[in-house]
Amino acid sequence: MAFAAKLKAPGWYRALLGMIIAFGFGLGLDVGIRALYGWHPLIETDAITTIELIAVPIGFLIGLGAFDYWFRWASGAPTIPEDHSGHGARSWRDYFRVNTDHKVIGLQYICTTFFFFVCGGLMAMLMRAELAAPGLQFVSPNTFNGLFSVHASLMIFLFIIPVFAGIANYVLPLMIGAPDMAFPRLNALSYWMLPIAGIMMLASFFAPGGSFATGWTAYAPLSTDTPLGQTFFSVAIQFAGASSIATALNFLVTIITMRAPGMTFWRMPLLVWANFTTSLLVVIATPFIAGSQFFLILDRALHTNFFDVAKGGDILMYQHVFWFYSHPAVYIMMLPGFGIISEVISTHARKPVFGYRMMAFSLMAIIVLGFTVWAHHMFVSGMFPWLRVPMMITTMLIALPTGIKIFSWLATLWRGVIHLTTPMLFALGFITMFTLGGISGVMLAVIPFDIHVSDTYFVVAHIHYVLFGGSVFTIFAGIYHWFPKMTGRMYDETLGKIHFWLSFIFFNTTFGPMHLVGIDGMPRRVADYAHQYAAWNAFISVSAFIFGMTFFIFVYNIVTSWRHGPVAVANPWRAHTLEWQVSSPPPIFNFDEVPTVVGGPYEYGVPGAVHGVFKERVPVTTAAGGGGAPPPVNTE
Amino acid sequence: MRKHPIAQMLTIGVVASLIGIAIALNIPWFPKSADTASHKIDTLYDVLLICSVPIFVLVMTVAIYSVVKFRARPGDMSDGAPIHGNTRLEIVWVTIPFLIVTGLAIYGWVVLNNVEAKKPNERMINVVGQQFTWHFQYAKNGATADPGPCGNNGSKAVTTNELVLQKDEPVYFRICSRDVIHSFWVPEFRLKQDAVPGITTHMRLTPNRDGNYTVVCTELCGLGHSTMRSPVHVVNGPQFATWLRQQISSGVAAGGGVGSAGGGGGTPSANTGGGGGNAGGAAGGAIAQGKQLFASNGCGGCHTLSAAGANGTVGPNLNTLATSAAKFAKQLGQSPQQYVFTSIKNPTAFTVPGFPKGVMPSTFGQQLSPQQINALVKYLLSVGKG
Repeated sequence: MAFAAKLKAPGWYRALLGMIIAFGFGLGLDVGIRALYGWHPLIETDAITTIELIAVPIGFLIGLGAFDYWFRWASGAPTIPEDHSGHGARSWRDYFRVNTDHKVIGLQYICTTFFFFVCGGLMAMLMRAELAAPGLQFVSPNTFNGLFSVHASLMIFLFIIPVFAGIANYVLPLMIGAPDMAFPRLNALSYWMLPIAGIMMLASFFAPGGSFATGWTAYAPLSTDTPLGQTFFSVAIQFAGASSIATALNFLVTIITMRAPGMTFWRMPLLVWANFTTSLLVVIATPFIAGSQFFLILDRALHTNFFDVAKGGDILMYQHVFWFYSHPAVYIMMLPGFGIISEVISTHARKPVFGYRMMAFSLMAIIVLGFTVWAHHMFVSGMFPWLRVPMMITTMLIALPTGIKIFSWLATLWRGVIHLTTPMLFALGFITMFTLGGISGVMLAVIPFDIHVSDTYFVVAHIHYVLFGGSVFTIFAGIYHWFPKMTGRMYDETLGKIHFWLSFIFFNTTFGPMHLVGIDGMPRRVADYAHQYAAWNAFISVSAFIFGMTFFIFVYNIVTSWRHGPVAVANPWRAHTLEWQVSSPPPIFNFDEVPTVVGGPYEYGVPGAVHGVFKERVPVTTAAGGGGAPPPVNTE
Repeated sequence: MRKHPIAQMLTIGVVASLIGIAIALNIPWFPKSADTASHKIDTLYDVLLICSVPIFVLVMTVAIYSVVKFRARPGDMSDGAPIHGNTRLEIVWVTIPFLIVTGLAIYGWVVLNNVEAKKPNERMINVVGQQFTWHFQYAKNGATADPGPCGNNGSKAVTTNELVLQKDEPVYFRICSRDVIHSFWVPEFRLKQDAVPGITTHMRLTPNRDGNYTVVCTELCGLGHSTMRSPVHVVNGPQFATWLRQQISSGVAAGGGVGSAGGGGGTPSANTGGGGGNAGGAAGGAIAQGKQLFASNGCGGCHTLSAAGANGTVGPNLNTLATSAAKFAKQLGQSPQQYVFTSIKNPTAFTVPGFPKGVMPSTFGQQLSPQQINALVKYLLSVGKG
């Protein structure tokens, strides 16, 4: 009977049962319809797989218990008073179930996304092995096309976008003085959709015909006429996208409605501003990529012919819809990083963020402009020629708000007291490398130059300067910065610095030369290339292998510090924002006492300035030369 | 006397910028230039570099200078200066970049219009992309005549597998695709345009340097994408005229249709594709036609066939086709000829074990007539005995 009880209670057993039932349902649906129409064979693998890719994950989520409360409520059954048994982690097992604590979900997000980061990174290593010399050595062209497609998809949809959601999930409610996110159950559902998307992308390698191999862009009509693996991509995007949208809605509602008393919009830390603007982008733009992938699924499964020219389809329509999301997606992958950098630089340089309001306004400017530039990805696509020039102008204008941010960070450093901790090093590395990526971005906006380098390694170099030198460096900065808060332990500063310097150097030796081979004529997405590029490619590959290995320093540092690192005090960085005014890690409901916000978040060096106060305690004084706040009493 | 920190940084910045610009301009970034657009785009890039280097140097100088100058001494627990902003400075760092990008946008627009401008007496050439090869259609009657709609095998055009251009003659390309999106790029011309199914795209250029170049496909188009290359030759007027005349006559001799020229890589002055119509017997004619079809349809992008100099590795090796065809045909209860015919016309019907399904384009059945496929089958079975 114990087993029957396990099958009824939310959890992994029921999840397995849910998957089996959903599989049976999908199979029955497909075979039933085929039988009604009299189609043969009744068992058709492609059709069944397409249906099961949607059905089985939903069975899994129901079984795991992501919908239990809502189903009960919707069916009118008597509600069970919330006993918070699904909130917070008391053992490691609590990280493997539907948990409504934003701090648990934050760590779930971060650990999951780093797992997929490793997967994507290993694929990059395989690609560099193949590209170390001209000709084909290790993998077939099909595998190679699959590797770069899955690499990009994992890095974008399963690492950069969700890891920012994870960091913000942990930090943001604490920063605004909220006990949790606005919709904790939706938050849990958002998280659990993510591993589904990642596993689906990885599983595509086992599909007949191999994984999806049309790039992360999946341009039609190539993607409507390739083997089954492509469907895995299109469906995985739906789960990752739904996860993204739900989290963004959650952030918006949380930020708008759950700020502590006194936390006006102009007192919010810039990380909160960054996630507010990013969430607006996600909510508006993500439905477009979902739509583009639904077009593909429908074309592949139901012959809707959106992209079949012979039946009146329109090929360029795919690219317009796709980039209407996927350009804003670049900012979805960058703005939360901007927020992290503002926190890290002001804290570790002991200075208020220079031009706080302009920093917030420039975020807003970026999201508005971000919707007006998508067709710069299509300068050679054969779209209406006149559309190119306005897109060039808006693309170049976006350099202005971005420039405001870079210059303001530099001005924040000026006359600060700079502590070169690991997060600060990554922040500095970010500023310099992102500037390079921004400069090559402005170059790419100039149409005649873009025509030459479009779809070459110059573009590969540019996006890695923006997404690795940019986004991933901010992620490392954020992880090191909040590691003490999340784990209650300090990381090893020496290892952190070694990690920074090695990644900084080998990042540049890996991606820097790609600018050269790109302009010289090497196209991207090729398994084989002309002999004239052999020397640089060998150099790039060797750099890439060392660059890849530097990641293990990070992993070693994080794992050993988490287990045996010195215990962290509540506020090791003497920061002013609210998350540092509670214990490390914070109490299960964040604040034993709701703080009242009385000033700006970065008033370093202002005598007597305070961001938040707790009624019972002495105000968090931060007079020049003053130490950090005393750790609050943890009542747990 | 110690200089003011801003003056100090300015000096460092200017020197570093000058060194940076000198280095950046001396890197041989581009492949050699072979058309009239190239030097305009190269100059544009130089201007971009000259604008970019000082900005990067500025960021680096301030960052490094701050770290050196304002670094916390051990045990220093003080805070920095409580500076919240400076409106004048913020106006400056919005205005200057605004002026720079406005200038660059106008300059870029001017170059774009200049490069794409229509020129008098353009030769019209159709560029047809298909997995994994390029075809080029020239008008038969006259330099500025219309070869007909892109991709149609009309009687007005002759189709070749190599792009031959006359030096200093302006060209107007109409670009189209038979299957998926490809992108037509010759790095030495600096120009690129996608070939999109369903629409015809355009490109103009004037080659101005003799030489042999390569068309590179830059839009991912499937498994053979990295092998989708075709030769480009820029030659002088008489050579071009001779070459085109030979293409037209051999095209007529071979009975028109796709693929009247030989495999890529040949010199334009020697007609490598001839001999289609003058072989002895009917079988010999079919085999020769098959050889042409093998080259002109890009089969070598994916298959290895020593007789055709092809070494693709995407699909099965065709050197041993006779043996394997006999084996699989027996399994399927067909004749080897039937088996090879079906494999070309409907590749999804049977896939050789070990190779992924659905990779070979299934469009050959529409592109080639049954007679052409039969010629191809004869050719493949005759040479695939190794």
